[in-house]
Amino acid sequence: MMKAQTLFEKIWNRHLVKSVDDKTDVLYIDRHFIHEVTSPQAFDELKQRTISVFRPEQTTATVDHNVPTQKQHLPIQNKESRKQVEKLYENVKEQGIQCFPLLDEKNGIVHVIGPEQGLSRPGMTIVCGDSHTSTHGAFGTIAFGIGTSQVAQVLASQCVLVSRPKTMKISINGILEEHLTPKDVILYIISKLGTDFGTGYFIEYTGEVIDRMSMEGRMTVCNMSIEMGARGGLIAPDEVTINYMREHSKTALTKEELEKWKRLQSDADAKYDIEVSIDADEIDTMLTYGTNPGMAIRVGDSVPTSTGATASKALEYMGINEGKVLEGLPVKYVFIGSCTNGRYEDFAIAADYLKGHKKSNKVTALLVPGSNRVMKQIVDAGLDKVYQEAGFEFRQPGCSACLAMNGDTIPAGEYCVSTSNRNFEGRQGSGARTILASPVLAIIAAIEGKIVNAKTIREWKK
Amino acid sequence: MEKIDKVHSPFVVLDIDNIDTDQIIPARFLKSTNKSGYGEKLFYDWRYDSKGSLKLDFPLNRNHSNVKILVAGENFGCGSSREHAAWALHDYGFRVIVSTHFADIFKNNALNNGLLPIEVSPEFYEELLEEAKVDSEISLLVDLSKEEVCLMVSGIRESFKINPHKKQCLLKGQNDLDYLIHLKDEIVAFEKSMK
Repeated sequence: MMKAQTLFEKIWNRHLVKSVDDKTDVLYIDRHFIHEVTSPQAFDELKQRTISVFRPEQTTATVDHNVPTQKQHLPIQNKESRKQVEKLYENVKEQGIQCFPLLDEKNGIVHVIGPEQGLSRPGMTIVCGDSHTSTHGAFGTIAFGIGTSQVAQVLASQCVLVSRPKTMKISINGILEEHLTPKDVILYIISKLGTDFGTGYFIEYTGEVIDRMSMEGRMTVCNMSIEMGARGGLIAPDEVTINYMREHSKTALTKEELEKWKRLQSDADAKYDIEVSIDADEIDTMLTYGTNPGMAIRVGDSVPTSTGATASKALEYMGINEGKVLEGLPVKYVFIGSCTNGRYEDFAIAADYLKGHKKSNKVTALLVPGSNRVMKQIVDAGLDKVYQEAGFEFRQPGCSACLAMNGDTIPAGEYCVSTSNRNFEGRQGSGARTILASPVLAIIAAIEGKIVNAKTIREWKK
Repeated sequence: MEKIDKVHSPFVVLDIDNIDTDQIIPARFLKSTNKSGYGEKLFYDWRYDSKGSLKLDFPLNRNHSNVKILVAGENFGCGSSREHAAWALHDYGFRVIVSTHFADIFKNNALNNGLLPIEVSPEFYEELLEEAKVDSEISLLVDLSKEEVCLMVSGIRESFKINPHKKQCLLKGQNDLDYLIHLKDEIVAFEKSMK
């Protein structure tokens, strides 16, 4: 009888070209995404060796990390950024690779456009030179971030050499309270398990909370797997997945495809190297107080006592004292966007909290849709008006203030409630102080100009 | 790729956990389309003040030329997949990073660029910190063939583990692309078998 397998093992084994030794595998890659920042050196490597891209039709390019989020119709002001974007356009043209350039209706953040263009499909192996490639795991794929050397490997051979990760199952059981979001779920998990708990593992998320979650929410959860050090995270496809694929696939779903997807489940008696169980009752609105995503607390909790030099350094950087509750902390900047929370649903959830309120005039808000399609959905639903009337304006798509390499930065010393994924020192600009949170906490912070307490959030819409 | 076998050098200590790739090389320096020149931007926001002057209390700035080994706290290299982090460390002159453990993507990127990440026990790590406090010129001898790291003077040594394929790549100065290019026929056959 065949050994019981996890979903991860099934997909991995199906894509295993060969094992180099007992530690290293040659893994075949179905879908490769590239962007302007981590690909130019890989194309150069191929050029130096005078080899062309092996399977250009399996790679898709976008520009997102280093693009302006205003006046995209004008030439990019920063000379180096312009050169980097132009270099990508040249490379994809030369090699016959599909590309969604600036202003294209399909342009946007790589992990937003892959799913919405129907390119990320259940059962696939997916890589990109970006750590948040784990996002695509929401579709029941093995998706992980790679370095530029590996981007070159995929361009040249459609394969990567990788060590096989161990497996972890995280079940999230029970029912989430109405005001809680997938971002609260994943921030809670990381705060509970730690920023390096997942190192060497590939996670499968299961349980009632995941079952009831939309595809967009599942993407938020899988997106941040890397923030606990995991190689990636995936969720078995179900009806929610299939409905999303029906809406987004460019080709009609075949009977064969649907049958194949239904088999993408872990066997009932499959063994994981680690299993973790989380109860939905433990979760409340989450936010970070330190300089890694594991340094997060429920909004009502006080900042934990520092455990050593590293934690003290983080608190000093943040200007936050141990034992303190964050309620009332004044906030001057809010960023809603990124591959974590820059999809339509995120802006729709936030808009729900906006009705009857206005942005505080002390707050500068950056609202950056994950893609042009997301912006179109916002307009089609009339939400752009809701935001406008409340004093907000939208920018054009891009990674923006998530990593602040395009000039969308937060000033030194200022707090920014951000729906992105990393609160590292200087991540949003030198000296900027990032507080990671959900779109709900972010929009309320933009209205109130401060961090509010749990009761306010719970009763906001009543 | 540059070969690595034995590295004998003094070391710099950054006793901070979770040093992420945004600290190693901030995103605003990723606009170049080249692989070189990142060394001067290494740990930029820790190494330089807001006016661009060296912060003299930062360990890298206290050190002398020709230091090839960095000793750093656990979970080194977490965060972004930017290979620029490995390029910056290598370009600065490091050939070995010692920590109690590394983030996965960084470890792989380092190995692909002739930069050897060595995972040691917490006890050995503490020993390095103690010895460095006493004598800043103290050195480490790293022997990749033997998979062993030795603290010179005291002679305290520890063996480390490395992926066997990666070990051969580093010793021979070959990278994975060399391997995969020669595998083309097998990959084509695999694609046919998948259909």
